[in-house]
Amino acid sequence: MERESIEYDVVVVGGGPSGLASACKLKQLNQNLSVCLLEKGSEIGSHIISGAVFEPETLFALFPEEASNCPTLNTAVKRDDVYFLAGNKKSIKVPSWLTPKGLHNNGNYIISLGELCQWIGERAVELGVDIFPGFPAQNYLLDKNGRVCGIATGDMGLDKQGNQKGTWTPGMDIYAKQTIFAEGSRGHLGKQLIREFNLDENKTPQHFAIGFKEIWEVDTDQHSPGDVLHTIGWPLNKGTSGGGFLYHFSDNRIAVGLIVDLNYNNPYHSPFQEFQQYKQHPKIKQFLEFGKRVSYGARAITKGGLHSLVKMDFDGGIIIGCDAGTLNPGKIKGSHCALQSGILAAEYINKVLNEEVCDFDDMFKSSALYKELHKARNFSSALHKFGFYGGSIYNFIESNIFRNKLPFEIKDDKQDCDSLKPSKDSKIKSYAAPDNVLSFDITSSLFLSGTNHEEDQPVHLKLTDAKIPLDYNLEKYDEPAQRYCPAGVYEIIEKDGSDYFQINAPNCLHCKTCDIKDPAQNITWTPPQGGGGPNYISM
Amino acid sequence: MSVLILIELNGSEVSSNSRAAITAATQLSDKIDALVLTDDSANAASVASLDSINNVKVIADSKLEHVSVGVASKLVAEVMADYKYLLSGSSTYSKNILPRVGALLDVQPISDVCEIKSNNTFVRPLYAGNIMATVESSDDTIVMTIRATAFEHSGDGGSAAVEELSLPIPEQKSNFISIQESQSERPELTTADRIVSGGRGLGSKENFALIDQLADKLDAAVGASRAAVDAGFISNDYQVGQTGKVVAPNLYLAVGISGAIQHLAGMKDSQVIVVINNDPDAPMARMADLVWQTDLFGALKELNDHSL
Amino acid sequence: MKIIIPIKRVLDPYTQARVNKQTQLVDLTNAKMSMNPFCEIAVEEALKIKESGAASETIAVSIGSEKTIDTLRTALAMGVDRAIFVKTDSELDLQPLHLGKILANIVKREEAQLVIMGKQAVDNDNNQTGQILSGLLDYSLGTFISKFQLSDDGKSVEVYREIDSGIETRQLNLPAIVTVDLRLNEPRYASLPNIMKARSKPLETIEISSFNIDISPRVKVISVKESGTKDRASKQVQSAEELFAELIQLGVL
Repeated sequence: MERESIEYDVVVVGGGPSGLASACKLKQLNQNLSVCLLEKGSEIGSHIISGAVFEPETLFALFPEEASNCPTLNTAVKRDDVYFLAGNKKSIKVPSWLTPKGLHNNGNYIISLGELCQWIGERAVELGVDIFPGFPAQNYLLDKNGRVCGIATGDMGLDKQGNQKGTWTPGMDIYAKQTIFAEGSRGHLGKQLIREFNLDENKTPQHFAIGFKEIWEVDTDQHSPGDVLHTIGWPLNKGTSGGGFLYHFSDNRIAVGLIVDLNYNNPYHSPFQEFQQYKQHPKIKQFLEFGKRVSYGARAITKGGLHSLVKMDFDGGIIIGCDAGTLNPGKIKGSHCALQSGILAAEYINKVLNEEVCDFDDMFKSSALYKELHKARNFSSALHKFGFYGGSIYNFIESNIFRNKLPFEIKDDKQDCDSLKPSKDSKIKSYAAPDNVLSFDITSSLFLSGTNHEEDQPVHLKLTDAKIPLDYNLEKYDEPAQRYCPAGVYEIIEKDGSDYFQINAPNCLHCKTCDIKDPAQNITWTPPQGGGGPNYISM
Repeated sequence: MSVLILIELNGSEVSSNSRAAITAATQLSDKIDALVLTDDSANAASVASLDSINNVKVIADSKLEHVSVGVASKLVAEVMADYKYLLSGSSTYSKNILPRVGALLDVQPISDVCEIKSNNTFVRPLYAGNIMATVESSDDTIVMTIRATAFEHSGDGGSAAVEELSLPIPEQKSNFISIQESQSERPELTTADRIVSGGRGLGSKENFALIDQLADKLDAAVGASRAAVDAGFISNDYQVGQTGKVVAPNLYLAVGISGAIQHLAGMKDSQVIVVINNDPDAPMARMADLVWQTDLFGALKELNDHSL
Repeated sequence: MKIIIPIKRVLDPYTQARVNKQTQLVDLTNAKMSMNPFCEIAVEEALKIKESGAASETIAVSIGSEKTIDTLRTALAMGVDRAIFVKTDSELDLQPLHLGKILANIVKREEAQLVIMGKQAVDNDNNQTGQILSGLLDYSLGTFISKFQLSDDGKSVEVYREIDSGIETRQLNLPAIVTVDLRLNEPRYASLPNIMKARSKPLETIEISSFNIDISPRVKVISVKESGTKDRASKQVQSAEELFAELIQLGVL
């Protein structure tokens, strides 16, 4: 079997909101363009996970006729509370005038981003986009001038050692005049492109969080569709910022989640366990205790904001959405920004293909997206810099009193992988055993993510140096991968009488936290064989 | 409202799934007849002494040894003229024949019945047993296979009248060539009555040999958790679980398996579950009928040394 | 010789089937659907026969709502020559007897000599459709096939059947229906180039009404529930002797 190749005008990598929006917009601008979109998940939406409270305006701008029929836009936000959880029992309501402006949700909807992507995916197909789910882009292709000229998909049917099995099928080269990278947070190609084209030059290091989400089915008594609850405080504390959410959305479903910033410093900290504990708080528990958990998932979030947003365009393509870092940290919302970045990228690429003179930076700086991100630029770095309480006060003052017009910049120059203290200087955290009512262990949680990988394939989590996990990470940090991974991929086990670093690759949720948080930056996430990974439904 | 049971014979012995079908039939009617297709009418003797059977109908013909499903289903359909129900224990034998009988009678058959709710309402598994459905038949004749693990196996003690039917045997369109009986060196995982399964708690490939030893002693198949497979103790042909093989033996003996949900999904329908583990909190222990909380190696050694 | 491969679109086997609290039905909303794994094996076997030169054409058939076309496209991408889509109004609860009758019509229309299909679909686990189809057509039948060999004269096939007592070898006269088991082969992937090429392969749509078959359900599903894993009353034992005694008592040793 020979490796085949094909040519498109534009290839889009990733079927999330930004990639889908760019593909749709391109076809709207010029229906003669040939556009293909690759998605590593087995279907559009199967790797999508988000809260999500959604600002619908961009969707209406993209689909003025059809957006009102989008089925996931069925629960308008009715009530919008922020609570400060002061310990595991107490909570204090934060008065509405005190919450940062960006956290007000009038006119927004509680949606499933997965369902939204499925819907946009259907529009894309109608517009003539060729969508290929189950095919990750493994590498990007460079021409002899060092310009990006497409992508290559990986081979299928390789065994654990990388040998060809009977079912071996070679990947394909897809050449394109322009390539759009929309892989989401910490895309594996985005990471390489940023390095290759120095896209983060003069930018603050990117910052990430890990977000957990579960969907619960509850009885009508526990459900009031349209209610939005955000929390700050417990179980996170000094040294760990983040926040929780609980949304009542359609069909008696509740989305509950916890966002944990990945600049935490205690290597014994387990974001997964924090989330399981979070649901025990009376403020959360009251809605869930008679319900049934139906799904679980986790994903990294790019949250550095404008200071960390990389230069998006480069020779032959553009990087957009969370792959670049367009989330608005002041609103903790990324979906509408992702859509906007996709639309902007499509407008730019259409001009490039028409050989019009244009500069992406100029287009971006005059966009609504830029205006919005500029307002929120200091939000998350303030939290990092001044700690949780100081940062919150700063954000309140900047956003509510000065309306985000303060002339100065706050930047956080420390990478998330550099924030851990050695384990000997850290307090061991112990977490309560799961009660199997509100809190659960990782394996039963994973089961609800539907994650699945062909087991006989090369391990897709690559170690640069196989000795580091035991010799350095275990020594110095008690190997934090055991705790930060929300899927139990990494374990230190005893094998033949000595410590062994076990990688349970089939568990992987594709959240990318390991690629971000490993203190030695020794783990590289690469795409497994196509179609592998979680099978999120309506996440 | 009479019932006909298609009996499966192993040589001259009545199969255990046929005995389960008899128990199920007693919940529908007290007029239960048995039908035997055999090459030798002497084989019907064991059927006549089954409990709860009124009449044994025997079609005996040398052509019926390894008969084709086409011929068998025609014969069964012909006898069914006098009956409301056709039951047989779930097996590859009945699953081959009964649906084809259903086609001949214009009846939608019902597979793997686990519970009889009324004369036309039954419970059967969907989605590999993850879902149980209650179904209602509107057919005048009801054809179903009975899951052998869901009903007691009816015993002996009856003395039914034996009636030999002389029906013409149609010509068959498929010919038997040979059968290779399963070698009982070690049973096949998915069909084994007993399984001894090892987990990562065993610590090494060498220690996993103790599982093989115990399996041989108990005439059991060997299974493993994914963790044990991932750790390289055993090949993935042996993996029990959602992504491996789904099993439901009479005895499932799990050694050093903590019980990831994927594993539980693959063996939860086992009749008797035994857990040997040193961790009392492992999820596996909640699933167990018998728990031996102890050092794994000591336990395996003791089990292997103990004479049965 | 034409080969017909009936295939089914089912809830992906690695997705947990669950009952929706509100509808009290198995929840398929937005769930990942795939080709039934046994059907993939059937497609693979048909392709192998075609590649050996023994078949003139492979035809995939599926019955269901509009989305079923995706599954037929997968079969086309794997290499099947053309597809027949029998369109149903909604998510009708079609049962093996109905499917058998529709397929019998198509097999006769196409004058196919061989039908290769999965031994069962992993949603309803009926294990019936192939048997019913063979009964309606009065064709020879081989169920639970783990090996398939066409005779040199092309008039019969020799198959291994994986039955409870072992492996039975039978010779089936053509025309024949075979239902395939897991060990028959390892299905190929639908590669990206082939998915692209499959878009232009012929796909014929037939309305179910044109068959004039009574499709009212014969067996109605009244209710469904999740079986879940149940906690058992665990009894502690302390020694091998005690354990074996208990097992003998329970009748499993």
